[in-house]
Amino acid sequence: MIKVENLKKNFGKNEVLKGISTEIKEKEVIAVIGPSGSGKSTFLRCINRLEVPTSGNVTIDGTLITEKNIMKVRENLGMVFQHFYLFPHKTVLENLTYAPINVKGISKAQATKTAEDLLKKVDLFEKRNEYPNRLSGGQKQRVAIARALAMNPTVMLFDEPTSALDPEMVKEVLEVMKSLAETGMTMIIVTHEMGFAREVADRILFLEGGKLLEEATPEEFFTAPKSERAKEFLEKVL
Amino acid sequence: MMFDFSKVVPSIPYILEGIGVTLQIVVFATIIGLILGIILALCKIGTIKPLRWFADFYTSIFRGTPLVLQLMIIYYAVPQITGIKIDPMPAAIAAFGLNSGAYISEIIRAGINAVDKGQLEASKALGIPYTKMMKDIILPQAMKNILPSLMNEFITLNKESAIVTVIGALDIMRRAYVVGGATFRYLEPLLIAGLIYYVMTLVLTFFGKLMEKRMGRSD
Repeated sequence: MIKVENLKKNFGKNEVLKGISTEIKEKEVIAVIGPSGSGKSTFLRCINRLEVPTSGNVTIDGTLITEKNIMKVRENLGMVFQHFYLFPHKTVLENLTYAPINVKGISKAQATKTAEDLLKKVDLFEKRNEYPNRLSGGQKQRVAIARALAMNPTVMLFDEPTSALDPEMVKEVLEVMKSLAETGMTMIIVTHEMGFAREVADRILFLEGGKLLEEATPEEFFTAPKSERAKEFLEKVL
Repeated sequence: MMFDFSKVVPSIPYILEGIGVTLQIVVFATIIGLILGIILALCKIGTIKPLRWFADFYTSIFRGTPLVLQLMIIYYAVPQITGIKIDPMPAAIAAFGLNSGAYISEIIRAGINAVDKGQLEASKALGIPYTKMMKDIILPQAMKNILPSLMNEFITLNKESAIVTVIGALDIMRRAYVVGGATFRYLEPLLIAGLIYYVMTLVLTFFGKLMEKRMGRSD
Protein backbone atom coordinates (compact mmCIF):
# COMPACT_ATOMS: atom_id res chain seq x y z
CA MET A 1 0.00 0.00 0.00
CA ILE A 2 3.02 2.32 0.49
CA LYS A 3 5.57 2.47 -2.27
CA VAL A 4 8.82 4.37 -1.83
CA GLU A 5 10.89 4.93 -4.96
CA ASN A 6 14.48 6.18 -4.99
CA LEU A 7 13.86 8.56 -2.07
CA LYS A 8 16.61 11.12 -1.57
CA LYS A 9 16.95 13.89 0.96
CA ASN A 10 19.69 16.48 1.36
CA PHE A 11 20.10 18.92 4.19
CA GLY A 12 22.28 21.47 2.49
CA LYS A 13 25.30 19.54 1.25
CA ASN A 14 24.66 16.71 3.63
CA GLU A 15 23.03 13.79 1.82
CA VAL A 16 20.95 12.05 4.48
CA LEU A 17 18.99 9.66 2.28
CA LYS A 18 20.77 8.30 -0.77
CA GLY A 19 18.00 6.71 -2.73
CA ILE A 20 15.74 4.37 -0.78
CA SER A 21 13.21 2.11 -2.43
CA THR A 22 10.87 -0.30 -0.74
CA GLU A 23 7.28 -1.38 -0.63
CA ILE A 24 5.09 -1.85 2.41
CA LYS A 25 2.02 -4.02 2.26
CA GLU A 26 -1.23 -3.57 4.11
CA LYS A 27 -1.20 -4.84 7.71
CA GLU A 28 2.56 -5.15 7.63
CA VAL A 29 4.60 -4.11 10.66
CA ILE A 30 7.95 -2.67 9.66
CA ALA A 31 10.77 -1.93 12.07
CA VAL A 32 13.36 0.53 10.80
CA ILE A 33 16.64 0.13 12.62
CA GLY A 34 20.18 1.33 12.23
CA PRO A 35 22.84 3.45 13.91
CA SER A 36 22.30 7.11 14.83
CA GLY A 37 22.48 9.39 11.83
CA SER A 38 21.66 6.61 9.41
CA GLY A 39 18.58 8.48 8.17
CA LYS A 40 15.89 6.37 9.89
CA SER A 41 13.87 9.30 11.19
CA THR A 42 14.30 11.30 8.00
CA PHE A 43 13.02 8.30 6.03
CA LEU A 44 9.93 8.12 8.24
CA ARG A 45 9.34 11.87 8.12
CA CYS A 46 9.58 11.87 4.33
CA ILE A 47 6.64 9.49 4.18
CA ASN A 48 4.23 12.05 5.66
CA ARG A 49 6.25 14.92 4.23
CA LEU A 50 7.28 16.54 7.50
CA GLU A 51 10.51 16.54 5.52
CA VAL A 52 10.06 17.32 1.87
CA PRO A 53 12.12 14.79 -0.15
CA THR A 54 14.78 16.23 -2.42
CA SER A 55 13.81 13.68 -5.06
CA GLY A 56 12.00 10.37 -5.37
CA ASN A 57 8.38 9.36 -4.96
CA VAL A 58 6.14 8.15 -2.16
CA THR A 59 2.89 6.57 -3.29
CA ILE A 60 0.14 5.54 -0.89
CA ASP A 61 -2.70 3.37 -2.17
CA GLY A 62 -1.78 4.34 -5.72
CA THR A 63 -1.80 8.09 -4.99
CA LEU A 64 1.46 9.96 -5.49
CA ILE A 65 2.09 12.22 -2.48
CA THR A 66 2.53 15.85 -3.46
CA GLU A 67 2.55 19.20 -1.69
CA LYS A 68 -1.05 19.64 -2.86
CA ASN A 69 -2.63 16.48 -1.48
CA ILE A 70 -0.46 15.98 1.59
CA MET A 71 -2.94 17.56 4.05
CA LYS A 72 -5.60 15.07 2.99
CA VAL A 73 -3.11 12.19 3.09
CA ARG A 74 -1.94 13.06 6.60
CA GLU A 75 -5.45 12.53 7.95
CA ASN A 76 -4.87 8.84 7.28
CA LEU A 77 -1.27 8.71 8.46
CA GLY A 78 -1.03 8.71 12.25
CA MET A 79 2.30 9.77 13.67
CA VAL A 80 3.82 9.30 17.11
CA PHE A 81 6.89 11.34 18.07
CA GLN A 82 9.77 10.67 20.41
CA HIS A 83 8.83 13.68 22.52
CA PHE A 84 5.03 13.12 22.40
CA TYR A 85 4.12 16.71 21.46
CA LEU A 86 0.75 16.63 23.17
CA PHE A 87 -1.07 19.96 23.18
CA PRO A 88 -0.25 21.21 26.69
CA HIS A 89 -3.17 23.65 26.90
CA LYS A 90 -5.75 20.99 26.13
CA THR A 91 -6.96 18.18 28.36
CA VAL A 92 -6.22 14.56 27.46
CA LEU A 93 -9.71 14.19 26.01
CA GLU A 94 -9.43 17.44 24.02
CA ASN A 95 -6.09 16.27 22.65
CA LEU A 96 -7.91 13.27 21.19
CA THR A 97 -11.01 15.05 19.93
CA TYR A 98 -9.54 18.24 18.46
CA ALA A 99 -8.38 16.90 15.10
CA PRO A 100 -11.35 14.58 14.44
CA ILE A 101 -13.75 17.50 15.07
CA ASN A 102 -11.75 20.23 13.33
CA VAL A 103 -10.15 18.29 10.51
CA LYS A 104 -12.57 15.49 9.74
CA GLY A 105 -15.72 17.35 10.78
CA ILE A 106 -16.92 14.59 13.08
CA SER A 107 -19.55 15.60 15.65
CA LYS A 108 -18.33 16.38 19.15
CA ALA A 109 -20.44 13.60 20.65
CA GLN A 110 -19.07 11.01 18.23
CA ALA A 111 -15.48 12.21 18.63
CA THR A 112 -15.81 12.11 22.42
CA LYS A 113 -17.15 8.59 22.33
CA THR A 114 -14.33 7.38 20.07
CA ALA A 115 -11.78 9.17 22.25
CA GLU A 116 -13.14 7.62 25.43
CA ASP A 117 -13.04 4.14 23.91
CA LEU A 118 -9.43 4.68 22.83
CA LEU A 119 -8.46 5.99 26.26
CA LYS A 120 -9.93 2.86 27.79
CA LYS A 121 -7.81 0.79 25.43
CA VAL A 122 -4.61 2.52 26.49
CA ASP A 123 -5.78 2.35 30.10
CA LEU A 124 -5.96 6.10 30.68
CA PHE A 125 -9.70 6.74 30.82
CA GLU A 126 -9.37 8.05 34.37
CA LYS A 127 -6.97 10.73 33.16
CA ARG A 128 -9.28 12.10 30.46
CA ASN A 129 -9.77 15.49 32.15
CA GLU A 130 -6.16 15.97 33.22
CA TYR A 131 -3.71 18.24 31.43
CA PRO A 132 -0.67 16.53 29.85
CA ASN A 133 1.75 18.06 32.37
CA ARG A 134 0.17 15.91 35.06
CA LEU A 135 1.06 12.67 33.24
CA SER A 136 4.20 10.56 33.29
CA GLY A 137 6.21 10.07 30.10
CA GLY A 138 4.74 6.65 29.46
CA GLN A 139 1.23 7.97 29.98
CA LYS A 140 1.91 10.90 27.64
CA GLN A 141 3.12 8.57 24.92
CA ARG A 142 0.05 6.36 25.30
CA VAL A 143 -2.14 9.46 24.97
CA ALA A 144 -0.14 10.47 21.88
CA ILE A 145 -0.77 7.04 20.34
CA ALA A 146 -4.48 7.33 21.16
CA ARG A 147 -4.55 10.84 19.67
CA ALA A 148 -3.14 9.55 16.38
CA LEU A 149 -5.58 6.62 16.41
CA ALA A 150 -8.53 8.96 17.01
CA MET A 151 -8.21 10.06 13.37
CA ASN A 152 -8.82 6.44 12.39
CA PRO A 153 -5.66 6.23 10.26
CA THR A 154 -4.78 3.41 7.89
CA VAL A 155 -1.06 3.63 8.68
CA MET A 156 0.77 4.51 11.89
CA LEU A 157 4.26 5.97 11.88
CA PHE A 158 6.35 5.78 15.05
CA ASP A 159 9.51 7.87 15.41
CA GLU A 160 11.52 6.33 18.27
CA PRO A 161 8.46 6.27 20.52
CA THR A 162 10.27 4.94 23.58
CA SER A 163 13.63 6.71 23.30
CA ALA A 164 12.67 9.62 25.57
CA LEU A 165 11.11 7.43 28.25
CA ASP A 166 12.43 6.29 31.60
CA PRO A 167 13.30 2.58 31.36
CA GLU A 168 10.41 1.46 33.55
CA MET A 169 7.91 3.15 31.24
CA VAL A 170 9.11 1.62 28.00
CA LYS A 171 7.17 -1.57 28.52
CA GLU A 172 3.73 0.00 28.90
CA VAL A 173 4.17 1.83 25.60
CA LEU A 174 5.49 -1.23 23.78
CA GLU A 175 2.53 -3.24 25.09
CA VAL A 176 0.12 -0.74 23.54
CA MET A 177 2.01 -0.86 20.23
CA LYS A 178 2.05 -4.64 20.29
CA SER A 179 -1.69 -4.89 20.77
CA LEU A 180 -2.12 -2.34 17.99
CA ALA A 181 -0.03 -4.55 15.68
CA GLU A 182 -2.27 -7.48 16.59
CA THR A 183 -5.33 -5.58 15.34
CA GLY A 184 -3.77 -5.59 11.86
CA MET A 185 -2.69 -1.94 11.74
CA THR A 186 -0.04 -1.12 9.15
CA MET A 187 2.88 0.24 11.13
CA ILE A 188 6.30 1.69 10.39
CA ILE A 189 8.38 1.92 13.55
CA VAL A 190 11.76 3.58 13.90
CA THR A 191 13.15 1.99 17.04
CA HIS A 192 16.16 1.00 19.08
CA GLU A 193 14.19 -1.70 20.88
CA MET A 194 15.67 -4.79 19.24
CA GLY A 195 13.69 -7.28 21.30
CA PHE A 196 10.46 -5.55 20.36
CA ALA A 197 11.43 -5.35 16.68
CA ARG A 198 12.24 -9.03 16.62
CA GLU A 199 9.03 -10.03 18.32
CA VAL A 200 6.51 -7.75 16.62
CA ALA A 201 7.85 -6.76 13.21
CA ASP A 202 7.10 -8.66 10.03
CA ARG A 203 10.09 -7.13 8.33
CA ILE A 204 13.23 -5.26 9.31
CA LEU A 205 14.67 -2.38 7.30
CA PHE A 206 18.30 -1.81 8.22
CA LEU A 207 19.51 1.66 7.28
CA GLU A 208 23.12 2.78 7.32
CA GLY A 209 24.59 5.98 5.90
CA GLY A 210 21.37 6.90 4.13
CA LYS A 211 21.10 3.57 2.31
CA LEU A 212 18.79 0.65 2.79
CA LEU A 213 21.45 -1.99 3.43
CA GLU A 214 19.28 -4.88 4.37
CA GLU A 215 15.65 -5.87 4.16
CA ALA A 216 14.76 -9.13 5.85
CA THR A 217 12.44 -10.95 8.23
CA PRO A 218 13.42 -10.51 11.89
CA GLU A 219 14.41 -14.17 12.00
CA GLU A 220 16.86 -13.79 9.10
CA PHE A 221 18.14 -10.42 10.18
CA PHE A 222 18.86 -11.19 13.81
CA THR A 223 20.26 -14.69 13.28
CA ALA A 224 22.04 -14.34 9.95
CA PRO A 225 22.56 -10.74 8.84
CA LYS A 226 23.96 -10.58 5.32
CA SER A 227 25.99 -7.39 5.46
CA GLU A 228 29.15 -6.88 7.45
CA ARG A 229 27.79 -3.55 8.75
CA ALA A 230 24.61 -5.16 10.11
CA LYS A 231 26.68 -7.84 11.87
CA GLU A 232 28.78 -5.13 13.49
CA PHE A 233 25.71 -3.16 14.53
CA LEU A 234 24.02 -6.19 16.07
CA GLU A 235 27.13 -7.14 17.98
CA LYS A 236 27.10 -3.74 19.59
CA VAL A 237 23.43 -3.52 20.49
CA LEU A 238 22.51 -7.07 21.41
CA MET B 1 -1.45 75.53 53.78
CA MET B 2 -0.01 73.74 50.82
CA PHE B 3 -3.02 71.64 49.85
CA ASP B 4 -6.40 73.23 49.37
CA PHE B 5 -8.85 70.88 47.75
CA SER B 6 -11.90 73.03 48.58
CA LYS B 7 -11.77 74.93 45.28
CA VAL B 8 -11.21 71.74 43.31
CA VAL B 9 -13.76 69.43 44.98
CA PRO B 10 -16.74 70.67 42.88
CA SER B 11 -14.70 69.82 39.77
CA ILE B 12 -13.88 66.25 40.79
CA PRO B 13 -16.93 64.73 38.97
CA TYR B 14 -15.80 66.62 35.87
CA ILE B 15 -12.33 65.06 36.07
CA LEU B 16 -13.80 61.62 36.80
CA GLU B 17 -15.84 61.81 33.60
CA GLY B 18 -12.50 61.73 31.82
CA ILE B 19 -12.16 58.06 32.84
CA GLY B 20 -14.79 57.19 30.24
CA VAL B 21 -12.88 59.05 27.55
CA THR B 22 -9.53 57.51 28.50
CA LEU B 23 -11.07 54.04 28.70
CA GLN B 24 -12.69 54.43 25.29
CA ILE B 25 -9.36 55.32 23.74
CA VAL B 26 -7.50 52.52 25.53
CA VAL B 27 -10.08 49.78 24.91
CA PHE B 28 -10.52 50.48 21.20
CA ALA B 29 -6.81 51.07 20.67
CA THR B 30 -6.06 47.78 22.45
CA ILE B 31 -8.46 45.89 20.20
CA ILE B 32 -6.97 47.44 17.06
CA GLY B 33 -3.45 46.91 18.41
CA LEU B 34 -4.07 43.24 19.23
CA ILE B 35 -5.64 42.38 15.87
CA LEU B 36 -2.99 44.33 13.98
CA GLY B 37 -0.26 42.85 16.17
CA ILE B 38 -1.37 39.29 15.44
CA ILE B 39 -1.62 39.96 11.69
CA LEU B 40 1.80 41.64 11.58
CA ALA B 41 3.36 38.87 13.69
CA LEU B 42 1.99 36.23 11.28
CA CYS B 43 3.42 38.23 8.36
CA LYS B 44 6.80 38.32 10.09
CA ILE B 45 7.00 34.57 10.70
CA GLY B 46 5.40 33.67 7.35
CA THR B 47 7.20 32.70 4.17
CA ILE B 48 5.78 35.44 1.92
CA LYS B 49 8.65 37.90 1.60
CA PRO B 50 6.77 41.11 0.61
CA LEU B 51 4.49 40.69 3.64
CA ARG B 52 7.52 40.19 5.85
CA TRP B 53 9.16 43.32 4.48
CA PHE B 54 6.00 45.31 4.96
CA ALA B 55 5.56 44.15 8.56
CA ASP B 56 9.19 44.90 9.42
CA PHE B 57 9.00 48.31 7.77
CA TYR B 58 5.74 49.13 9.55
CA THR B 59 7.23 48.19 12.91
CA SER B 60 10.39 50.19 12.37
CA ILE B 61 8.43 53.33 11.42
CA PHE B 62 6.03 53.19 14.36
CA ARG B 63 8.73 52.28 16.85
CA GLY B 64 11.19 54.74 15.41
CA THR B 65 9.13 57.92 15.69
CA PRO B 66 7.50 59.61 18.70
CA LEU B 67 3.92 58.63 19.45
CA VAL B 68 2.96 62.28 19.87
CA LEU B 69 4.22 62.95 16.34
CA GLN B 70 2.11 60.09 14.94
CA LEU B 71 -0.89 61.43 16.82
CA MET B 72 -0.43 64.93 15.44
CA ILE B 73 0.11 63.67 11.90
CA ILE B 74 -3.17 61.79 12.03
CA TYR B 75 -5.08 64.66 13.64
CA TYR B 76 -3.61 67.68 11.85
CA ALA B 77 -1.82 66.46 8.74
CA VAL B 78 -4.17 63.79 7.37
CA PRO B 79 -7.08 66.28 7.06
CA GLN B 80 -4.71 68.59 5.21
CA ILE B 81 -4.10 65.89 2.58
CA THR B 82 -7.56 64.36 2.39
CA GLY B 83 -9.71 67.34 3.25
CA ILE B 84 -11.64 65.23 5.76
CA LYS B 85 -11.60 66.52 9.31
CA ILE B 86 -11.01 63.90 11.99
CA ASP B 87 -12.38 64.29 15.53
CA PRO B 88 -9.91 63.99 18.42
CA MET B 89 -11.30 60.64 19.63
CA PRO B 90 -11.04 58.66 16.38
CA ALA B 91 -7.65 60.24 15.73
CA ALA B 92 -6.44 59.21 19.19
CA ILE B 93 -7.81 55.66 18.83
CA ALA B 94 -6.19 55.31 15.40
CA ALA B 95 -2.82 56.63 16.54
CA PHE B 96 -2.64 54.48 19.66
CA GLY B 97 -4.00 51.41 17.88
CA LEU B 98 -1.55 51.66 14.98
CA ASN B 99 1.32 52.37 17.35
CA SER B 100 0.66 49.58 19.82
CA GLY B 101 0.11 47.17 16.88
CA ALA B 102 3.82 47.57 16.09
CA TYR B 103 4.90 46.81 19.65
CA ILE B 104 2.41 43.99 20.16
CA SER B 105 3.49 42.32 16.89
CA GLU B 106 7.04 42.03 18.24
CA ILE B 107 5.79 40.57 21.52
CA ILE B 108 3.59 38.03 19.71
CA ARG B 109 6.32 37.12 17.22
CA ALA B 110 8.67 36.29 20.08
CA GLY B 111 5.87 34.32 21.78
CA ILE B 112 5.15 32.24 18.67
CA ASN B 113 8.85 31.51 18.14
CA ALA B 114 9.10 30.30 21.74
CA VAL B 115 6.45 27.60 21.20
CA ASP B 116 8.05 24.16 20.75
CA LYS B 117 8.49 23.37 17.03
CA GLY B 118 7.10 19.93 17.83
CA GLN B 119 3.66 21.48 18.33
CA LEU B 120 3.77 22.57 14.70
CA GLU B 121 4.85 19.12 13.56
CA ALA B 122 2.23 17.34 15.62
CA SER B 123 -0.44 19.64 14.16
CA LYS B 124 0.81 19.04 10.62
CA ALA B 125 0.92 15.29 11.16
CA LEU B 126 -2.74 15.38 12.23
CA GLY B 127 -3.64 17.25 9.04
CA ILE B 128 -4.66 20.42 10.92
CA PRO B 129 -4.78 23.34 8.44
CA TYR B 130 -2.47 26.33 9.04
CA THR B 131 -5.16 28.81 10.15
CA LYS B 132 -6.68 26.44 12.69
CA MET B 133 -3.28 25.38 13.92
CA MET B 134 -2.31 29.01 14.54
CA LYS B 135 -5.65 29.92 16.14
CA ASP B 136 -6.17 26.87 18.35
CA ILE B 137 -2.74 25.35 18.96
CA ILE B 138 0.13 27.83 18.53
CA LEU B 139 -1.34 31.22 19.49
CA PRO B 140 -2.99 30.07 22.75
CA GLN B 141 0.37 28.69 23.91
CA ALA B 142 2.19 31.82 22.73
CA MET B 143 -0.36 34.07 24.49
CA LYS B 144 0.14 32.29 27.76
CA ASN B 145 3.88 32.95 27.66
CA ILE B 146 3.61 36.58 26.63
CA LEU B 147 0.73 37.61 28.90
CA PRO B 148 2.99 39.54 31.30
CA SER B 149 4.57 41.49 28.41
CA LEU B 150 1.15 42.17 26.90
CA MET B 151 -0.20 43.44 30.22
CA ASN B 152 2.81 45.72 30.42
CA GLU B 153 1.99 47.09 26.97
CA PHE B 154 -1.64 47.78 27.99
CA ILE B 155 -0.57 49.52 31.18
CA THR B 156 1.81 51.70 29.19
CA LEU B 157 -0.95 52.45 26.70
CA ASN B 158 -3.32 53.41 29.51
CA LYS B 159 -0.89 55.96 30.89
CA GLU B 160 0.53 57.18 27.59
CA SER B 161 -2.99 57.94 26.41
CA ALA B 162 -2.59 61.13 28.45
CA ILE B 163 -0.82 62.73 25.50
CA VAL B 164 -4.15 63.08 23.66
CA THR B 165 -4.23 66.27 25.67
CA VAL B 166 -2.25 67.85 22.83
CA ILE B 167 -5.11 67.38 20.36
CA GLY B 168 -7.73 68.48 22.87
CA ALA B 169 -9.53 65.21 23.61
CA LEU B 170 -11.19 65.62 27.01
CA ASP B 171 -9.51 62.72 28.82
CA ILE B 172 -8.53 62.62 32.51
CA MET B 173 -5.34 64.56 31.91
CA ARG B 174 -6.92 67.29 29.82
CA ARG B 175 -9.72 67.79 32.34
CA ALA B 176 -7.29 68.08 35.24
CA TYR B 177 -5.44 70.71 33.24
CA VAL B 178 -8.67 72.59 32.44
CA VAL B 179 -9.68 72.58 36.13
CA GLY B 180 -6.23 73.83 37.04
CA GLY B 181 -6.57 76.71 34.61
CA ALA B 182 -10.02 77.65 35.87
CA THR B 183 -9.20 77.56 39.60
CA PHE B 184 -5.58 78.68 39.40
CA ARG B 185 -4.66 75.62 41.43
CA TYR B 186 -2.76 73.00 39.43
CA LEU B 187 -1.33 70.76 42.13
CA GLU B 188 -4.62 69.36 43.43
CA PRO B 189 -6.31 68.47 40.11
CA LEU B 190 -3.08 66.97 38.83
CA LEU B 191 -2.75 64.85 41.98
CA ILE B 192 -6.31 63.68 41.52
CA ALA B 193 -5.54 62.75 37.90
CA GLY B 194 -2.43 60.91 39.03
CA LEU B 195 -4.42 58.95 41.59
CA ILE B 196 -6.99 57.98 38.96
CA TYR B 197 -4.29 56.70 36.58
CA TYR B 198 -2.64 54.81 39.42
CA VAL B 199 -5.89 53.09 40.44
CA MET B 200 -6.61 52.20 36.81
CA THR B 201 -3.16 50.61 36.56
CA LEU B 202 -3.78 48.63 39.75
CA VAL B 203 -7.07 47.33 38.35
CA LEU B 204 -5.39 46.35 35.07
CA THR B 205 -2.61 44.59 36.97
CA PHE B 206 -5.18 42.71 39.01
CA PHE B 207 -7.00 41.46 35.91
CA GLY B 208 -3.66 40.52 34.36
CA LYS B 209 -2.78 38.36 37.36
CA LEU B 210 -6.23 36.79 37.25
CA MET B 211 -5.81 35.87 33.57
CA GLU B 212 -2.33 34.50 34.18
CA LYS B 213 -3.74 32.27 36.88
CA ARG B 214 -6.56 31.08 34.64
CA MET B 215 -4.22 30.29 31.76
CA GLY B 216 -1.81 28.61 34.13
CA ARG B 217 -4.24 25.87 35.06
CA SER B 218 -2.62 23.46 32.57
CA ASP B 219 0.71 23.66 34.45
